[in-house]
Amino acid sequence: MGPDTQAMQKDDLANPGMLSVLEGDALWKAPVGASQKSCASCHGDAPQTMKGVAARYPAFDEATQAPIDLAGRIIQCRAERQGAAPPQREGRELLALTSYVAHQSRDLAIAPPQDSRLASARAQGAALYSTRMGQLNFSCAQCHDDNAGGHLGAAPIPQAHPTGYPIYRLEWQALGSLQRRFRNCLSGMRAEPISAGSADAIALELFLMDRAAGMKIETPAVRP
Amino acid sequence: MRRSIFLTLLFLSLSASSQPPMSSEAGTQSLPLSLTGVAGDPAKGRAIVVERQKGLCLLCHSGPFPEERFQGDLAPSLAGTGSRMSEGEIRLRMVDSTKVNEKTIMPPYYKTEGLERVAANYKAKTLLSAQEIEDVIAFLVTLKDDTQK
Ligand code: HEC
Ligand code: HEC
Repeated sequence: MGPDTQAMQKDDLANPGMLSVLEGDALWKAPVGASQKSCASCHGDAPQTMKGVAARYPAFDEATQAPIDLAGRIIQCRAERQGAAPPQREGRELLALTSYVAHQSRDLAIAPPQDSRLASARAQGAALYSTRMGQLNFSCAQCHDDNAGGHLGAAPIPQAHPTGYPIYRLEWQALGSLQRRFRNCLSGMRAEPISAGSADAIALELFLMDRAAGMKIETPAVRP
Repeated sequence: MRRSIFLTLLFLSLSASSQPPMSSEAGTQSLPLSLTGVAGDPAKGRAIVVERQKGLCLLCHSGPFPEERFQGDLAPSLAGTGSRMSEGEIRLRMVDSTKVNEKTIMPPYYKTEGLERVAANYKAKTLLSAQEIEDVIAFLVTLKDDTQK
């Protein structure tokens, strides 16, 4: 990330991702669905109650007995607790709410839960990260561990830290999820996509969050 | 099908004869026979090498291509390849460079087996055709000047 992008990310007035955070703030307070409850009806003031939440996701979901990501939890609240239509993965509403919640953890260190029920999914994510995939036969690790800092054509290769999601990507001209980022890399590898919210996607996220433990959340990050 | 059996045989004979450590022996491994029997066209080969969506070479390599901006820096320069390697050595690296370096990041340009999770529209397709590989080789052997790094 160049100095220009970094400056844009740090300045809330210049950071285009902050528009989604603002939209998320309004959505947080708006009553919806059969319950006519807002997120705030249950969770109160997000800057207090949501502080640190994104830093410890994905987490183990008791209801489904499986790991769940932050967006998945929001979908669950919307559908089951508010009685509203479940928001679309990667749709505008969900991105806004996710970035609003994650923004409440900005500058907090990533602290993955020490929950043994997450261990197998995390290991599955680690395995996926180092598996060669696609027609080009690359693994994530080959680029993001072995060649981070190098250039793939014009693109500098980052270390694949998931600290800033959802991010505003200048190339997308939009906010996007970590899973959208996975999709970009996988399509570059000519590999099968990993769909948002799938067990593979959550496993990869669990692994990447663990790998980034201690790094600070920067949502909404800005990327070229 | 015939061709892949042919390649398998070649690799078998190759691995049988190349037991010493890959790194020190890298220069001696080779696929001497043309994949097609038709001489490659160096001009077409050059076009493939610089074409980002097809050859992809400049994503990782640089080389004597002054008109090409943004050449990658993940691999050695292609300048002087023809002085360092024989046609057969280049062919092996193009077909499947994991045969030379198991951990290489260089994609296998003429292999469809042993790949995982290949996207549907690329399944069972090689990155380049046999003749395109011969074209690339015909071009790379002309890169004799090692000073252009
Ligand atoms: C051939 C190289 C390559 C491979 C393989 C690759 N990536 Fe990437 N990745 C990149 C590049 C280059 C970027 C920078 C974005 C850009 O400019 O497109 C990136 C960006 C990312 C980011 C964003 C980091 C940030 O700062 O926001 C994440 C996360 C990521 N990759 C994860 C993965 C995962 C997971 C895999 C495997 C499924 C993978 N990548 C495979 C090259 C690669
Ligand atoms: C994703 C990265 C990548 C791509 C794409 C790539 N290569 Fe390579 N290539 C490498 C690396 C890395 C090496 C160094 C040896 C090794 O690690 O296997 C290499 C080695 C070579 C060598 C041997 C060079 C020497 O002096 O030892 C040749 C020849 C070569 N590549 C040609 C090509 C051609 C031609 C293309 C495109 C059609 C291409 N490569 C595409 C990464 C790549």
